[in-house]
Amino acid sequence: MAETLDQLFVLAKHALVDSTPAAWRPWVSSILSIAAMIMAFATLFALTTILERKGLGRIQNRLGPNRVGPFGLLQPLADGVKSLTKEDLVPRSADRVLHFLAPLVLVIPVFLALAVVPVGRNMVAVDLDAGILFFFAVGAATELSVFMAGWSSRNKYSVLGAMRAVSQMISYEIPLILSALPVVMITGSLSTVQIVERQAVFTGLLPSWNVLTPWGLAAFLLFLIAGTAEANRCPFDLPEGESEIIAGYYTEYSGFKFALFFLGEYIGLFAMSGLAITLFLGGWSAPLAALAFIPGYVWFFGKLLALIFLFIWVRGTLPRLRMDQLMNFAWKFMLPMSLMTILSAGAWHLMSPTPGVPLSSAEAVTHSAGGTIARWLVCGFLVAAPYILLGRYLTEGRNVGPRTYRYAD
Amino acid sequence: MTSEQGPYLFLTLLGVAALLFALTPLALAWLWARVFSPAKPGLDKNSIYECGLESKGDAWVPFRSEYYLYAIIFLVLDVETLFLMPFAVSFSGLSTGAVLAMLVFLLLLVEGLVWAWGKGVLNWK
Repeated sequence: MAETLDQLFVLAKHALVDSTPAAWRPWVSSILSIAAMIMAFATLFALTTILERKGLGRIQNRLGPNRVGPFGLLQPLADGVKSLTKEDLVPRSADRVLHFLAPLVLVIPVFLALAVVPVGRNMVAVDLDAGILFFFAVGAATELSVFMAGWSSRNKYSVLGAMRAVSQMISYEIPLILSALPVVMITGSLSTVQIVERQAVFTGLLPSWNVLTPWGLAAFLLFLIAGTAEANRCPFDLPEGESEIIAGYYTEYSGFKFALFFLGEYIGLFAMSGLAITLFLGGWSAPLAALAFIPGYVWFFGKLLALIFLFIWVRGTLPRLRMDQLMNFAWKFMLPMSLMTILSAGAWHLMSPTPGVPLSSAEAVTHSAGGTIARWLVCGFLVAAPYILLGRYLTEGRNVGPRTYRYAD
Repeated sequence: MTSEQGPYLFLTLLGVAALLFALTPLALAWLWARVFSPAKPGLDKNSIYECGLESKGDAWVPFRSEYYLYAIIFLVLDVETLFLMPFAVSFSGLSTGAVLAMLVFLLLLVEGLVWAWGKGVLNWK
């Protein structure tokens, strides 16, 4: 029963595809997957906009949207109608072609990037052998879009935003890719499906998720921070800081083009969170063996919503960085740390009981306790020591301490 | 779910679908504007938005040279990550000697980073 529920969508798709003539099958199969994917993530986008506004509202001690529909749940619909009927203004001096193309260049790659993220057992749109590489390759196109938008507007604020965006995104691109590498090293594959399958086994009570190792935890945090910066989200929202440069690169966008930027940004966030889940949080696998009867896609979307909640929480909590802090953080902290996670993952592999063979759950159980502790200590040391040393070095001579708040009486 | 033609049919169709997903509402908005709210462009309305002030000078200014230094370091490290990908995939089957050789490669690049750091290139001004 649980098996059928888990594979419900796969079975339904196979039944539908098999009922068509053989020549059509690849096309029907592709179109069904695409329709399911776009519908699922577009719905999630609508849901996330309302969740974000309500969540931020609660954090800022107000109610958030609550007028349209029950609990304001139909607000995304109202927003959609509004952006469809708004006038689409393009400034006189703008480069009209680039101005029109920029939102399209954002929306297409983020959907392509989502294609390699497995949302359940056998539920991945395409299982590419170089899935991770494909993800980063198409993901890099968003930088192009942001720069096109800012530059073509020919607005000083937009160009400033575009410059900030380019320097920020290329700076965080390297830590992002480097922090994904340890997982590739341990799994020995760039295929997202195999990465999840390797994590979907249980060692005793605990799952063998990559985040539950010293290198995995460090790489997960680095990936999450770099992902936030790539998605231009708070506290890394310098390219679109409303209070500094009036929404930055999309100052000159109105109507549905603005909505497309909004959509592309959120879908990009889903893709980034989806890849973080795939790499570190075990993809669609359950956290406990006893909970494995719940279908995989429920776990995937549950984890996705949890990460989205984390992003909303961070946005409501942290202030925006300054440009020099942002760049220094990327090059002087994130980059050395992500290199150290690679070393740590290497040590983790070389200290495994059977080097040369990817560690499976059965071997971990038979592995001696002393060896396990030594492995944890060495790999933990390899990430903790540079963290402490770099932290000491970078804050040296600066007046840093806990922030003190003074409230009006 | 991959079909016999490999993933490319799917990826092409997905690209087209995403394009249509973006273009359809744009076309609808254009139709709405044509029928119900024809555009009335104006000198002030279509000027660039700079908080209501008249804009002075051109926005298309050249980048500062510091950007290019970052771009060069980025390029070096980005190509490095590209080289590290195949290494990472075959890592579990490599001998200790090969891993050490890769470490030397990594150290050479780290040396470049340390050099740039020492030169003060990484200080954003």
